[in-house]
This record gives sequence, C-alpha cells and structure tokens, in this order.
Amino acid sequence: MNASQPGEDVFPATQAVALQRHLARRRRENMWNWTLPVIGFAGLLFFWWAVVAGFHVRPFIAPSPLLVVTSLIHNRILLFNNLVPTAVEAIGGFLIGVFAGILVAAVFVHCKPLQKIFFPVAVVLNSIPVVAKAPILVLMLGSGLAPKVTIAAFVCFFPTLVNMMEGLSSVDPQVMELMRIISASRMQIFFKLRLYNALPHLFSSMRIAASMSVIGAVVGEWIGATRGIGALILQATYAYDTGLLYAAIIMSTLLAGGLFLAIAYYEKITIVWPSERSH
Amino acid sequence: MGDTVQQAIAGRPRIEREVCLRCTDVTVSFFSGRQSVTAVQNVSLDVARGEFLALLGPSGCGKSTLLRLVAGLVQPTAGVMEVLGTSPVIAQKRRDIGFVFQDAALLPWRTALENVALPLEVSQEDPGRARAKCEEMLEFMGLGARKHAYPHELSGGMRQRVSIARALVSNPKILLMDEPFAALDEITRDRLNEELRRIWRQTGVTILFVTHGIYEAAYLGQRVLMLAANPGRIKEIVPVNLAEDRTLSIRESVEFIALATRLRQLMEVGT
Repeated sequence: MNASQPGEDVFPATQAVALQRHLARRRRENMWNWTLPVIGFAGLLFFWWAVVAGFHVRPFIAPSPLLVVTSLIHNRILLFNNLVPTAVEAIGGFLIGVFAGILVAAVFVHCKPLQKIFFPVAVVLNSIPVVAKAPILVLMLGSGLAPKVTIAAFVCFFPTLVNMMEGLSSVDPQVMELMRIISASRMQIFFKLRLYNALPHLFSSMRIAASMSVIGAVVGEWIGATRGIGALILQATYAYDTGLLYAAIIMSTLLAGGLFLAIAYYEKITIVWPSERSH
Repeated sequence: MGDTVQQAIAGRPRIEREVCLRCTDVTVSFFSGRQSVTAVQNVSLDVARGEFLALLGPSGCGKSTLLRLVAGLVQPTAGVMEVLGTSPVIAQKRRDIGFVFQDAALLPWRTALENVALPLEVSQEDPGRARAKCEEMLEFMGLGARKHAYPHELSGGMRQRVSIARALVSNPKILLMDEPFAALDEITRDRLNEELRRIWRQTGVTILFVTHGIYEAAYLGQRVLMLAANPGRIKEIVPVNLAEDRTLSIRESVEFIALATRLRQLMEVGT
C-alpha cells in the first residue's frame, strides 16, 4: 500500500477529482519552470550589487547594477544607433555563412574527392582564431561593412558545414535502399531525403551560429570601426565609462539571445517530427 | 523443381504459370579487408508468378541477401538472376518490385499519406491521380482514418501497414518482405499475417517473405524455402498443402502441426 501524502486520499473520489489534482500539479510545475530561472537572475543581480556596494568598488572599475540601468536609459538612442550596424553585420554574416555552409556540404556529400581535398583546408582555416583572422580581412576588405560581415560569415560557416555534412550523410540505410528500389535520382534523394534528414542538424548548428555571428561582428568592429557595439565597447573602456560599457555588453547579449530565440522558435514550428537532435 | 511448383499450385486453378523469378547457381560474396564472406552459395530457384514463397532459416543464412538480389540492390558474384524475364535492375527501373523492411522505414517528416505517395512522386505521376491512388491504398490497408498522422503518432502495426501500402501503391509484380512483422507483438503479427494473405489473394502479387518464425512461414507460404547458414544455401523446399482460404485457426489443425513439426526438425538438422 502506498503511503498517502497529507491532504491526499489513497483513492481519488472520482475521475473529476483526479483530473483536478493532475491539473493543479501541472500548474505548480509550470510555475516553478518560470520562477526558478527568475530567481537565478535575481540572485546574480543581488550578488553583483552586494559585491560592488560591500567592497566599495569604484565606478570606473565596475559599475553597480543601478548605474548600468541608468546608463541604459540615458544612452538608449546612442545604444540603439550602434546596435543597428552590428545587427546588420551579424545577421548578414549569419545568412551568408549558413547558406555557404549548406551549399559546400551539399557539394562535399556528392563529390567525395572534393571533400577529401578541401575539408582539411576548411578545418585549418577554422582553427585560426577569429581575433587573428579579423585583421587580415580588415586589411583586405577595408573598414566598411564588408569585413565585419565576412568575419561573421566565417565563424557561422564552419559549424554549419560540419553539421550539414553529418546530417546529409547520416541517412537511415533502409530508407536509402528504399530510394534505390523506387529508382530515385540523386537529385530526388537529396531533396526528398537528405535535406530533410539534415534539418535538425542544421538547426542545432544555426543555434550555435546565431551567437557566433554576434561575436564575429563585434570582433570585426574592434579592428576598425567608428560605429557598432564593438566600437562602443572600446570607446567606453578607454573613457572608463563602465556604465556604458556594461550597457553595450547587455545590448550585444540581447542581440545574440534574440537571434537564438528566433532560431529556436523557427525550429519548433519546422521540425514537427521527433528527432534525436531536437531538444 | 517443376514438380514442386505443380504441387504448390494444386489448390488453385490449373493454368500453366509462368516463371516470375529464376536464380541459376547464384553465389554472393562480400569482401571486407582481405577476407571474403559467402552470404549465398549456389542457389538455384524458380518462383512462379503469383506464388507466395516463405523463406525460413536461422540468422546468417542469407535470407536478406536473397531478397536484395531480387531487388537489384546486390549483384551476384557468380550465377544468373532473372526477374520477370529480365535483370533485377531493369525490373527495378520498371517499378515491378516493392519492398517492405523490418522497421517500417517511413520518413518521419511525412504523414502516412505522404509516405505512401513517395514512390509515385519519384516516378513523377500526376499528383491528382497519385493522391487518389494513395488514399485508396491506405483505405485498403484499413488506415483511411489516420492518413494525416505522422509515423510517430502511429503504432508499430500501423506503421508497417503504411509501409506495405507504400510498397503496393505502384502496383509491383513482386513484393519482397524482409521480416516485416518481426518487431511487432504477437496479436498484431497474427492480424497482419491474416491481412497479408487477403492482400495476396486480392492482388495476385508474387510475394517473397523472409521470416525466422516457423508458424509464420507455414501459415503464409505456398512453399517454404528452408535455408541453412554459413554459407547461406538452400536446404529444402517444403510445399504447404493447406487450404488456400485458410484462417489463423488452421494453426490448431493436425496438418498444420505436422507441417510445423517437420519444419522445426529440418531447421535443427545440421545447424
């Protein structure tokens, strides 16, 4: 016999009572799902405030949360004007990088010799740190939008390439046999089978690429830019304006987080079937 | 060999039946590294048009390889395969072959209806006609109400029905089934066995059915092809002399039990 919890009978009186209890438990669980992360963030803010206030940290070393909020409100137009170019660079780079990754993966899967020649090259190029690649590209492409977009595209390209290659080739062997039995062409196998099979992989790489693209754009701006969140971060650092610095960091975080959420939402409405890749 | 075919069709109208499938001294070896494994050795076999042949044997006896030979997925290392008077690959190109795998092998991003439509899409049939055909096929398999369900919303038995519908939708002349019900529970398997005989009698399709279930083989087939393992070869071909309009209850009859006992003894000999 199961021990009954306080306030709960061993047997529910009716189906309706059981349903009510079930719904109440669901509501409780849902509430916790929301409140626990909020508690986490609130705790972090409190800890930050407590350290700054408790150790009398001077504002030019680290600002208090309050100072950051004031700066956010005070500089909202400046922040927004600098967010726009960074967002354009990150999103543009993201789109180009992801598209190029898909395209190259499709070519590699269909032409093994090309894959054998160029994949090691891609691995080596990818292992050059972004901060080292950035100056090279700025020298080649000038100081406009182009080098930042290119850097962002570069960092998005590689995770997309690797995941897409995996997704396009990890097809269920029985389904592959089926496609051969129904005499499907390579084109049909690609568009009806491989591409769909790769979609969950593509989305998990795009979730990585979304935040990587913002890193790429900001690093690109550090090398040479007068506008953008990256430029703003440098200016604020040199001016010891920690409030603005932290506000700028929050803006770049919001950008990366927003892109991430957009991808996650798009994934949720696209991948309607269960896959081992989905979370 | 001819005698056995005659015996097998004893219960059906006596018309001269053409050979649908002929293997002559077929051997298949696979090479891995420096070693070669012989999956099928010196198999010679005739299958009549419209026959239901059950392939029974232990694992590693080349049952699946034999099916893949017929489907044109595996080429014989030696010997000749003839399917519908031509080579397996050409028969495949003419869409004369349907295949049902052990797991339904459905595309998870397609609904039942869209899965059934896949072969017709690939052969670029008129979409309107294809859709009507697919709906009819699903109705025939008793899945009319679930046609818009995704595979993960269907039970294992239903998924296998979709898979059979997909194999039959292009009106193949030969249906190859590779342990299609092995992963299902017994009740579902019995139901599908009965249904498969109904489908076979209604469509007149030639069926090669691989199984490692003695009862399944004896219930389904007109002949049971017993295979031995390592290397895979034919041990014996056992004709099944049971009524053509049999139901599952025949499994309690004396003849059926005698047949099952014989198959079991053959299985145990020399393995």
